[in-house]
Amino acid sequence: MNVSGNSPARKLVYWGSHYLMIGAFVVFALFPLYWLLKVSVTPNDILYTEGVRMWPSRTTWENYFFVLTQSNFPHYFLNSVIVAGTTAIVTTMVAAVTGYSFSRFAFRGKVIIVALMLITQMFPLVMLIAPIFKILAPLGLTDSLTGLIIVYTAFNVPFATFLMQSFFDGIPKDLEEAAMIDGNTRFQAFRRIILSLTLPGVAATLGFVFTAAWSELLFALMLVSSESASTFPVGLLSFVSKFSVDFGQMMAAGVLALIPACAFFLLIQRYLVQGLTAGAVKG
Amino acid sequence: MASIEISNAVKSYGAVDVLHGIDLDIQDGEFIVLVGPSGCGKSTLLRMIAGLEDITSGAISIGGMVVNELQPKDRDIAMVFQSYALYPHMSVAENMSYALTLRKTAKEKIADAITNVAEVLGLTALLERRPKALSGGQRQRVAMGRAIVRKPQAFLFDEPLSNLDARLREQMRTEIRKLHRRLGATSVYVTHDQIEAMTMADRIVAMHDGIIQQVGSPVEIYDRPANIFVASFIGSPAMNFLKGAYEIAQNGTAGIRLTDGSFVPVLPARGATANQTVTLGARPEHIAITADENGENGGIPARVELIEPMGLSTLVHVSLADNPVKIFTLDRPDFAVDSFIHIAFDMEKIHVFDTETELRLPPENEPHTAQSA
Repeated sequence: MNVSGNSPARKLVYWGSHYLMIGAFVVFALFPLYWLLKVSVTPNDILYTEGVRMWPSRTTWENYFFVLTQSNFPHYFLNSVIVAGTTAIVTTMVAAVTGYSFSRFAFRGKVIIVALMLITQMFPLVMLIAPIFKILAPLGLTDSLTGLIIVYTAFNVPFATFLMQSFFDGIPKDLEEAAMIDGNTRFQAFRRIILSLTLPGVAATLGFVFTAAWSELLFALMLVSSESASTFPVGLLSFVSKFSVDFGQMMAAGVLALIPACAFFLLIQRYLVQGLTAGAVKG
Repeated sequence: MASIEISNAVKSYGAVDVLHGIDLDIQDGEFIVLVGPSGCGKSTLLRMIAGLEDITSGAISIGGMVVNELQPKDRDIAMVFQSYALYPHMSVAENMSYALTLRKTAKEKIADAITNVAEVLGLTALLERRPKALSGGQRQRVAMGRAIVRKPQAFLFDEPLSNLDARLREQMRTEIRKLHRRLGATSVYVTHDQIEAMTMADRIVAMHDGIIQQVGSPVEIYDRPANIFVASFIGSPAMNFLKGAYEIAQNGTAGIRLTDGSFVPVLPARGATANQTVTLGARPEHIAITADENGENGGIPARVELIEPMGLSTLVHVSLADNPVKIFTLDRPDFAVDSFIHIAFDMEKIHVFDTETELRLPPENEPHTAQSA
């Protein structure tokens, strides 16, 4: 039998192992999510009694019901949406302008600014909590959503800027020069031509920053003390009491917390598709 | 349409001058080609006219108005880029109409203009396509169309044909020339391809190291190059250069004694002194093969190194005074490699250059010209 070349048997082995590996990876990545879902629908009384089972013998929505009606969760949610949404939009706007200038202009101090921005990414955040608290407290920005937005924006701008810059680098300079000759100022050329070509980049940056701000716990925990300004990661902790952990409700809240992030990515995913610039220049 | 005057334009990046005091007057409706090797400053000069680069000092005026401080959008010029720079998210029609839309031109007028230009350029069937669905040649046409639609004061071309294959390039060359004749638009065309320069230009501006070396009609530049650079850059196959000593005989005739002792008669050169080190410049078509190795026909003996058939012509590579020399012939020679043939230089057509200054020393009987820089 011919085993070399493209024999059907060999093809099948390749095909099979290819999908096996992808399948293994997907299972590995998604299993925790499945477990989250499973625990969230398991009634409290059988959570410990049934042992480890892939699916509980009986399911319930009461955890969800409790989270949505009896807890502060809807409020935390709203806070998180406000904080993460605003952070994502402000950061992306700042990063777009900064990234563009890094990509296109040569100016004095550029290297220093880039170096400083890189350095900010090197500190463990824990080191910075005390000084940031000290700065925000007299300004009345602790225990407020605005304070969180400012801190998140500051921490996300450097990375977002580098991300945006790499997208701008991929757009030929000729395009905005053509746009300028066609009758735009540089800023108009940036806004009307370059930005619409960088939509995938804008979407990626929005998504990245949104997710980062959505799931941030450390600063939210340290800077916010009142219930009214808590975000959902902080809220999740309220299910951990001194004597027990309400796993069912916690998991239900976790599942609910996935929804906005998923919705956000659904919204932007069509811009994430690359290749929009193909055909702009010879290539 | 408008004339363009450039006076003493300088461009520096920090301490480095890339353009040294450029002076150039471009007539209304003229087709000017800036030609030179990469890094000679030709593209920078074009971008300064467009307003994409600042002018360090000096002045550029378009249609009699100094435009130094004007933004590109206010200069009323159109530019065709080497990369075409079509907006990828717009259709062909949108690409072409973009500038007019920005100017708030009436919709019907835009539609008319697009229809006309698309017809001229053969783009009518492609108007709804996106640039990525076009071939290189079609994209090039759209880029041209985008410029023409605007009816600007002047057209600027930045190596627009470099990305096309040879056949298409030849075709577009002719087309751009025809378009120019039809529109009569002032055009500045940048290229490093001396054939494009020769075939398209009303006047060629040869540049090197940020300095204009010579301005003149293609024939002028070809027949009377100002210096060794222009002589070597323009013309393909390139001019041959041989070093030697200038000699003047009692009877007033002159010649150059090459390093191997052979003597090439030349017309007496203006400003050349006896025994001065000079460079002889001879285009391949101005050297004749007078006899093969068996002949005794005078001429200078040279060793054959390679025969290169070009179809129409044949290039014979020989070695003379240890220098490679190319000879153009319409014959079909079949010399053996390493055999000796005899060659003669066309005294009326060859050039004498001052080896030190590299400037051409014109024959005494040639009228003075003020073309060289």
